[in-house]
Amino acid sequence: MNFDLTEERRMLQDTLRRFLKDRYATATRNAILDSDAGFSADIWTDLADLGVIGALFAEDRGGFGGAGFDIAVVFEELGRAGVVEPFLETAILGGGLVAALGSDDQQALVADVIAGGLHLAFAHGEPNSRYDLNRVETTARVDGDGVVLTGAKAVVMNAEAAGWLIVSARESGDAGDEAGISLFLVPADATGLSLRGYPVISGGRAAEIKLDGVRLQASARLGAAGAGFDAICTAVARANVALAAEALGAMETATALTRDYLMTRKQFGRPIGSFQALQHRFADLLIELEQARSAVINAAGHLEAGAKERDRQIAAARNLIGRAGRLVAEEAIQMHGGIAMTQEYELAHIAKRIVMTDHRFGDTDWHLERFIDLSAA
Amino acid sequence: MDLSFSPEERAFRDEVRAFLASSLPDELRAKVRGEGRLTKADMDRWHAILNEKGWLAQNWPKEFGGAAWSPVQRHIFEEEAARADAPRIVPFGLSMLAPVLQKFGSKAQQDHYLPRILSGEDWWCQGYSEPGAGSDLASLKTRAVRDGDHYVVNGQKTWTTLGQHANRIFCLVRTDSTVKQQEGISFLLIDMDTPGIEVRPIILLDGSPEVNEVWFTDVRVPVENLVGEENKGWTYAKYLLTHERTNIAGVGSSQAGLEAVKRMARTQMQGGKPLAQNPHFAARLAQVEIDLMAMATTNLRIISAAAAGQAPGVESSMLKVKGTIIRQEINDLARRAAGPYAMPFPSEAVEGANEAPIGPDGTGPVAAQYFNNRKLSIFGGSNEIQRGIIAKVKLGGGQ
Repeated sequence: MNFDLTEERRMLQDTLRRFLKDRYATATRNAILDSDAGFSADIWTDLADLGVIGALFAEDRGGFGGAGFDIAVVFEELGRAGVVEPFLETAILGGGLVAALGSDDQQALVADVIAGGLHLAFAHGEPNSRYDLNRVETTARVDGDGVVLTGAKAVVMNAEAAGWLIVSARESGDAGDEAGISLFLVPADATGLSLRGYPVISGGRAAEIKLDGVRLQASARLGAAGAGFDAICTAVARANVALAAEALGAMETATALTRDYLMTRKQFGRPIGSFQALQHRFADLLIELEQARSAVINAAGHLEAGAKERDRQIAAARNLIGRAGRLVAEEAIQMHGGIAMTQEYELAHIAKRIVMTDHRFGDTDWHLERFIDLSAA
Repeated sequence: MDLSFSPEERAFRDEVRAFLASSLPDELRAKVRGEGRLTKADMDRWHAILNEKGWLAQNWPKEFGGAAWSPVQRHIFEEEAARADAPRIVPFGLSMLAPVLQKFGSKAQQDHYLPRILSGEDWWCQGYSEPGAGSDLASLKTRAVRDGDHYVVNGQKTWTTLGQHANRIFCLVRTDSTVKQQEGISFLLIDMDTPGIEVRPIILLDGSPEVNEVWFTDVRVPVENLVGEENKGWTYAKYLLTHERTNIAGVGSSQAGLEAVKRMARTQMQGGKPLAQNPHFAARLAQVEIDLMAMATTNLRIISAAAAGQAPGVESSMLKVKGTIIRQEINDLARRAAGPYAMPFPSEAVEGANEAPIGPDGTGPVAAQYFNNRKLSIFGGSNEIQRGIIAKVKLGGGQ
């Protein structure tokens, strides 16, 4: 048994934590949240230069990490600082899919991503799919030497900034089938592709996407025709480790802010942290925080395991983090009182990051059902 | 034991329903449903409609031009109005200040201010909380020093709801710092146009400009604007707080919210089936509905006791705690029901522009409402304070 991080990962953690402490103060982040782009291009390139993106890719893809604990270390730090820059979309989902499936030509995109010069988006969810990864109604029809995509994609994070979109589309089978789903690299300026962008409540931007007969070369296909589902599941598994770790980091910050407030805020002539009613509730948050940390370790440690055990551990982590995260976010706000209701106070954004994790790739109940299914079979 | 309304009460409910169906404008209904933010003009419009019907000042005695409704009638109206997605009646002048003026104000104050509240000429806001005086309200520090025919007010109030619309503020101020905290507080009526007052908006975590800071620098307030006696303000404030808590359970809002969640759950699909048929979601929904059914009866039991002349005790604290827990649980269910479509947060969705909503019907405002309604368990005496009151009354002594 050894729960220590490797020397390399500890250094990555220190570097990232120091950078974000210096460069990602609450006021800076609040300005980024209010900006039109929804994230900072300067912060993005600086973090790329520090190797943060490279840490999310394996060595044979030009990175120096890419394993479960690399993802967990990076995203826990991003979560602690409430970072809204699209590492999940560009590096884990988009970059991860190209790295996993891309031809030699397509792999060139990964190098651009690692260098910080290219954004990607994963256009998979649809208006009727909710959290079901197999529900793809967008179609890909072979037409001569090309392919034509038709359909709609919902709440696609980072779509407007992306140079390329990784779009899932069905080449055969029915809407709920796992087989028959292909992935395509679609350039942002493709004819027939239209975006309706909007801000997201927890930071960043997303878009509704229409694919109105988008014509691509067959070489735009990522991986084999109709065989994209397993790669989607792997990319989403990695995203779920990232989301769980990010929520954990945000929970650490929420708890630390609450501790400071309980020690300094005085009412009735004494610090409110001296009231036992609050002390016990704060103690419960610390207990849940350690449970959440262990859940992230379980998920990260099984990311390279077989798909079934991997997904069972991930469902467990997302369910536990969903429950613990909601408790921490709500209790942190409640114990602060009015100040936590204000947009400019750090906790407001941190609480939104925690709670809104529940709306990406399955909520607490969805992961509970998934855990039950995977445990029974 | 008889759980049903009397024939008179049922007739009254039918009258309220018919009125809401015919008189509540569709634009206001749509905004309350979450398709936009109510403006001052919207709120004034609804007040004017109610005032014309004679239903605005529901709790006022007839001698002041009120409807003098019974607690049961008020409950029926609140429940029906919430179900019909009517705007909430802005309470600051009507149900918070007016009862204080009617009981403790001078004849001149009653004659001047009460008609202006009814007509909408005056919009009042509440100057109670301060940065250092939240749950511990009696520790407030805003000072009023007598100078001839005026008080000179200095200090800062905060969490002043809709203060940006107000032309008047009722304030608790310290007029004596040499005595026990509660015994040195006075109740002052202040014109917001007086030099030295500055209102600064506080943007809440869902982006809404709902509350404000109000700063007072050498603000001169005529002594005739003192309500009742100097240093008796705490008594009046406590009287006001009992009025603030009359609809504290929010049963009508919860019922309307629950219906909205059910509508969404019937159309949102998960695993190829409506979310309403998902056993986990259905169980969560059922659980909160069961709580709400009991809460509605708890609320009516307390209202009936009040109608029979019993003063509410710890019951209003109980209604506040459980009522807000239920409302927040419904907000959480609405957020879950919307799925990924809880994430979009376009400013036009809250500002009421003409663009089509991003996601399916009803999903637009759910996350913002979830975050905004965290306030329910904080303001009006936090749930911790309410639990403290219950424990103190039932256990005696300690906190």
